[in-house]
Amino acid sequence: MSILINKDTKVICQGITGKVGGFHTKGCLEYGTQMVGGVTPGKSGQTVEGLPVFDTVEEAREQTGANATMIFVPPAFTADAILEALDAKIEVIIAITEGVPVLDMVPVYRKVRASDSVLVGPNCPGVITPEECKIGIMPGYIHKKGPVGVMSRSGTLTYEAVWQLTSLGLGQSTCVGLGGDPIVGTSFIDLLKLYEADPATEAIMMMGEIGGTAEEEAAAYIKDNVSKPVAAFIAGRTAPPGKRMGHAGAIISGGKGTAEEKFAALRAAGVEIAESPADMGTALQRAIANK
Amino acid sequence: MKIHEYQAKQLLRDAQVAVPRSIVARSADEASAAFTELGGSFAVVKAQIHAGGRGKGTIKDNDAQHGVQLVKSAEEAAQVAAALLGKELVTIQTGPAGKLVNQVLVEEGCDIARELYLGIVLDRASAKPVLMMSSEGGTEIEEVAEHSPEKIFKESFDPAEGPQSFQVRKLCKKLGIEGKAVRSTEKFIKGLCKVYTELDCSMAEINPLVLTGAGDMIALDCKISFDENALFRHPELVELRDISEEEPDEVQAANAGLSYVKLDGNIGCLVNGAGLAMSTMDIIKLHGGDPANFLDVGGGANVDQVTEAFRILLGDPKVKGVLVNIFGGIMRCTTIANAVVEAYKSIGFNLPLVVRLEGTEVEEGRKILANSGIDIIIAEGLTDAAKKIVAAAG
Repeated sequence: MSILINKDTKVICQGITGKVGGFHTKGCLEYGTQMVGGVTPGKSGQTVEGLPVFDTVEEAREQTGANATMIFVPPAFTADAILEALDAKIEVIIAITEGVPVLDMVPVYRKVRASDSVLVGPNCPGVITPEECKIGIMPGYIHKKGPVGVMSRSGTLTYEAVWQLTSLGLGQSTCVGLGGDPIVGTSFIDLLKLYEADPATEAIMMMGEIGGTAEEEAAAYIKDNVSKPVAAFIAGRTAPPGKRMGHAGAIISGGKGTAEEKFAALRAAGVEIAESPADMGTALQRAIANK
Repeated sequence: MKIHEYQAKQLLRDAQVAVPRSIVARSADEASAAFTELGGSFAVVKAQIHAGGRGKGTIKDNDAQHGVQLVKSAEEAAQVAAALLGKELVTIQTGPAGKLVNQVLVEEGCDIARELYLGIVLDRASAKPVLMMSSEGGTEIEEVAEHSPEKIFKESFDPAEGPQSFQVRKLCKKLGIEGKAVRSTEKFIKGLCKVYTELDCSMAEINPLVLTGAGDMIALDCKISFDENALFRHPELVELRDISEEEPDEVQAANAGLSYVKLDGNIGCLVNGAGLAMSTMDIIKLHGGDPANFLDVGGGANVDQVTEAFRILLGDPKVKGVLVNIFGGIMRCTTIANAVVEAYKSIGFNLPLVVRLEGTEVEEGRKILANSGIDIIIAEGLTDAAKKIVAAAG
């Protein structure tokens, strides 16, 4: 078991004829993902990496049976691409694209939440269930199948955590990059629900960052609803207020969203804290030992 | 992207949102002429910089000159403008160096019955824009939020529809706004929300929002910033950018496709990915060092970008050592290792350099560094990297 995606997931790539979309489609194929096609309006009939290209997501779904999509279209067209996937009833929509205007995401978020589909991202590295299915840009080989559910707001920091876990012999059930934007489709709480219910997940590793209150909300949820051991790290302890740290969402504003507040909330919820980013894997070991 | 008050007010004026009449002046003579043209018995001269706290802020080395001053004659307007223009204004938001005043806004006086606060930002929890109003106008809203959050009233709205009339009535009721002023408030709020949505603002703040003796709502100050990701559809707004208000290093970095934020420490950091870049700053601090910057080279950095990044780091005289921390995913360690070696050689590096590589093609990457003949301290893991750079930078 795992969450969101597994060996049976059939995946298309929206934006497959672009340089980046094509490159990562190849990477996912090499990992063993069941890539079944792609979509670029006006390019039907072409093939990329041997996969058929369709004009619309609806056609792609009808002809390939795809139930997941990986979106690489440019930022100006991302909201439309997500809505098209939603309209075609694609179950898992993973938007990798960085730089989507935030107000574009307001109506998209509403529509996704009112549907049966799940959106991960935008501005995220993607989702991977090790040794089964990779949808996104993460380096596959650092992962290993196992019992730890990993969720994070940032890309390379997730790789760092996964690498520490794998090096300690702790494999992962499913790793999800939520994305660094102010509005993303899936929250920590959505994933906590899934991990708690997933028999293959025995512990949860969470990486947050400064800005917003997603980590505090997750802490409150963990306290009341999560029985599995959880470890966490928050990036940005040393970030000054009012300065955006790369991600559009990573900013301390009005004195809110600091790392210390988030650590405190998580600690109060019984979460094992990694004081140092070098200590993420060992914090998870402690979380398991303490339960 | 931030803009000046006078630019923000023009955007409001264009959208029929009430603002006082005002004229921009770039010299004492222009300020004098502006006062005469406005024709009132008094006016306000306001320094235009991208920072708040201007009223309380003072000119560097001249505490008598505040950033916002009331004047009662054309002559006085000229004197105040002369005292502000070409000088650095220091406010709680500028830091001790202050910001250079290149223009002032001469604005007509206004009959103030009440001062309120009105702001629109994105509320992440509800994933919608939210209107915030408070009776505590004119003060820092952060302080109100900290000490008396019950005095801030909020209504979220759908950007496609804007706020509903009943939402405005609710806010007015809570704030004690009555009679004719309710209609004026509705017109003001709906107009401002339209500006916020149509121009892809990330923040629009009116502080203070003034209720005049005649019952009209009018924006006495206005701060607007825009979502940089949406600027592609607003070329007219890009024209409003004032590069002189931004950190030159940050502008240089942005032009090279790097995300850079200058800090006060002495250890330069070059990292891929924002989360890992923040974590690298954190671990330096944890081991007793002080990061000089946040720098994310992104997912596909090439030799030119790494060279540019080194130039920016070495251009900061405070930097006493550089830590490169790369977790290769899509970016191969060999690419970054070659880029580091080439950049090092091309710009004459003379500070300690610690490199930590992990991920795709790490062994080959480390070999390239080891065989390069340049003086690099190689680190294994985050802790080792932090300890080595803190020791090397002294």
